Amino acid sequence: MCIDCGCGPADHEHHHVENEVLRKTISVEEDILSKNNRLAAGNRVLFAKLGIFTLNLVSSPGSGKTTLLEKTLVDLKSEINFAVLEGDQQTTNDADRIAATGTPAHQINTGAGCHLDAHMVGHGIEYFDLNAVQMLMIENVGNLVCPASFDLGEDFKVSLLSVTEGEDKPLKYPQMFRASEIMLINKIDLLPHVRFDVAKCREYAERVHPGIKIFEVSCYTGEGLEVWYAWLKEKVAAKG
Amino acid sequence: MHELGITQSIVEIALRTAAGQQAKKIHSVTLEIGSLAGVVAEALEFCYEACSKDSLLEGSRLIIEAVPAKARCRDCALDYPLTDLLACCPACDSASGDLICGEELRIKEMEID
Repeated sequence: MCIDCGCGPADHEHHHVENEVLRKTISVEEDILSKNNRLAAGNRVLFAKLGIFTLNLVSSPGSGKTTLLEKTLVDLKSEINFAVLEGDQQTTNDADRIAATGTPAHQINTGAGCHLDAHMVGHGIEYFDLNAVQMLMIENVGNLVCPASFDLGEDFKVSLLSVTEGEDKPLKYPQMFRASEIMLINKIDLLPHVRFDVAKCREYAERVHPGIKIFEVSCYTGEGLEVWYAWLKEKVAAKG
Repeated sequence: MHELGITQSIVEIALRTAAGQQAKKIHSVTLEIGSLAGVVAEALEFCYEACSKDSLLEGSRLIIEAVPAKARCRDCALDYPLTDLLACCPACDSASGDLICGEELRIKEMEID
């Protein structure tokens, strides 16, 4: 048997040995997400040039991202010019809800995709008159895993967690909460009815991301939203 | 399943690099994947086979080198291995460590001819 390849008779030709010599290892050292990161950097430069403060809103499905946006847009539209990009696998339901508030909105359908990427955002904003926009809200696909890895060019990620979910979400999905500047605990009007330990939730988030800002809000009653609004206004003013 | 999108990026970068080198065949692609990068090696391997069909990459080997995560303690400056994002400093028990490595998602090298 051939001692070089372990096949065939001992005297067969070793053309594959020659091939081995031709083989070479080349160094690549390229970030797999480099294309997304490059496009995100491009988006970020554009937003900086136009003074558009941009947030990437992430959460599980049903935490209240769209409701938070509706409430925020209605309450602040006299002070801030918004535009909203909505990411969902299917339907234009969310963009329709946003458009009903009078804010320019565009729906991105990702189909099978589980997250928005910088390329989709780059094309999504073509639907807006960006010179008239002070703040861009990007509502990502409801998913606490994948969107953490994809930079969109935003200033900050904001994660939303509702009290009908477990308080241990920050421990279960640490990547997302570590990447987020702010965690909003939503639906606090339901606290008397659910077993959700706010103190523990805060502690878990702090463990995953020391220094994370945490706002407790109810988009239904409006409780706590003034702190969120104050933060938004401060950031928009600083960017503009 | 964002491993599919990530694999498509791997294939794109590998084919572009191979074309630049006028490669006739790609034998292997080596990745460095941090333990906190949020991707599952098995899922990458699964997608790789599907995505490499009918290209120079068909039949090539995907080699995944795991990069263990490390953090530096903000309080006592010790570097320590992070098995998960919640591990505390083994020396002073501080929970505030800055990640030094572990989020890599990189193509390290390729074997071509």
